[in-house]
Amino acid sequence: MSSTTDASAGRAQITARTLRTDRWWLPPLLNFAGLVAWVAYATVRAFLQRDYFVAEYNYLTPFYSPCFSNGCIEEAAHFGRFLPDVWFLPYAALTLPFLLFFRLTCYYYRKAYYRAFWLSPPACAVAEPHRKYTGETRFPLLGQNLHRYFFYAAVIISVINTYDAVISFVKHDGSFGLGLGNLILVANVVLLWAYTLSCHSCRSIIGGRLNHFSKHPVRFALWGYVSRLNTKHMQLAWTTLASLAITDFYIMAVSAGWFSDLRIVG
Amino acid sequence: MTHDQVFRVWRGDSVDGELIDYPVAVNEGEVVLDIIHRLQQTEPDLAVRWNCKAGKCGSCSMEINGRPRLACMTRMSTFDETETITITPLRTFPLVRDLVTDVSFNYEKAREVPSFAPPADLGPGEYRMQQVDVERSQEFRKCIECYLCQNTCHVVRDHEENKESFSGPRYLMRIAELDMHPLDVADRQKEAQEEHGLGFCNITKCCTEVCPEHIKITDNALIPLKERVVDRKYDPLVWLGSKIFKRAGA
Repeated sequence: MSSTTDASAGRAQITARTLRTDRWWLPPLLNFAGLVAWVAYATVRAFLQRDYFVAEYNYLTPFYSPCFSNGCIEEAAHFGRFLPDVWFLPYAALTLPFLLFFRLTCYYYRKAYYRAFWLSPPACAVAEPHRKYTGETRFPLLGQNLHRYFFYAAVIISVINTYDAVISFVKHDGSFGLGLGNLILVANVVLLWAYTLSCHSCRSIIGGRLNHFSKHPVRFALWGYVSRLNTKHMQLAWTTLASLAITDFYIMAVSAGWFSDLRIVG
Repeated sequence: MTHDQVFRVWRGDSVDGELIDYPVAVNEGEVVLDIIHRLQQTEPDLAVRWNCKAGKCGSCSMEINGRPRLACMTRMSTFDETETITITPLRTFPLVRDLVTDVSFNYEKAREVPSFAPPADLGPGEYRMQQVDVERSQEFRKCIECYLCQNTCHVVRDHEENKESFSGPRYLMRIAELDMHPLDVADRQKEAQEEHGLGFCNITKCCTEVCPEHIKITDNALIPLKERVVDRKYDPLVWLGSKIFKRAGA
């Protein structure tokens, strides 16, 4: 029982879990639904092992980039193929775990899933259902402090995603091409960079750890830019989930022949 | 324009108490504290702590319809006229009577934070602080010590047993402020993690949500402090960089 409702420490003996009258349950419910839906889609796609590459236009979905499996189409494997082609290993198995943990340890997502999944707390001033609480003081949640490492990995993966977006302007026959797929890939990469750079760890590394801003004017200026971006971290977290799913779905649809790419040039 | 509204107010002490309904007149432009003062005209023994009526003293913290707020800054116009307004004391602290709680937990935690520690060899007037270095901590100095953040933080609100090892957002913010000070030489990071329970914070941002001064407690104090602890304890790259470039105390 929560200390809020048992009143054993001389508190007001109010037994209600909360006296809030607003719809406090709605944000955690929406977060729960949104995150479950995205994880379900991403899991299916990561293990589907087909419809991830449009050879004609060099479109590679971010869910399969970089494609390291022996099962990858040769043109899609820009960095070699060496992973065994087995059903339980996603083609981008070397990078997907880092991206998963980058999001899992992200300060925004932590807030979202602690509230929506673990109800700790479900909303402000609403009693949580747990008897004990140790927060991030012990294993496994102590591992949230590894966010820094996953940020470093996410930067490298963003560079790879950028490379994918750039080379998609070169068609299979070597000529320049521009289609709706290119625009989606570029928009996705821009949003991914914005999300990655708005990360709280990035903010700290860039300048947050300094005490003398006046002695480091360049880092102070960069810290200011990242801080402004950081205020949009939540919005970017959700926007990039959407952009990743849209990018993947579009490439899957074009690759599977459900519809053809809308071409602007070439 | 005046209308009657039902105020459901907690009456009693830590042993016994109940929510009692009072119909009270509400005038245009009034705040919740005005209504409580009007109620005291008919219920003279209703205990409430208040002082400035301007959102600057932090005295009139209470829970209004279950949300931790300042009574003097909560406008009656934000409620529907037919709505029953529930007023209770802060639920994290021991009750004295009615709407007054004993907030001495916060004073004890304040005393546990070592004060500003400039270098021992620095004489008065030898250091001129630049404005950009002052600005970051100025946000934290807006704190009016209303303890709404301490009250709403589930670490102690829902777990009385954590009060001993967790200082709460207000005092972790104070530690962050001192740690960010260009001249402070005390080892705040280790202390924040080991003595003040920084690891208990799971950054669910309720402290930021309730802050009447709109201080970004989580984003600008608690997370940066967590990141500084990561710098110190978990990141070998930063450690290596500080050794090579001798950036300790940057």
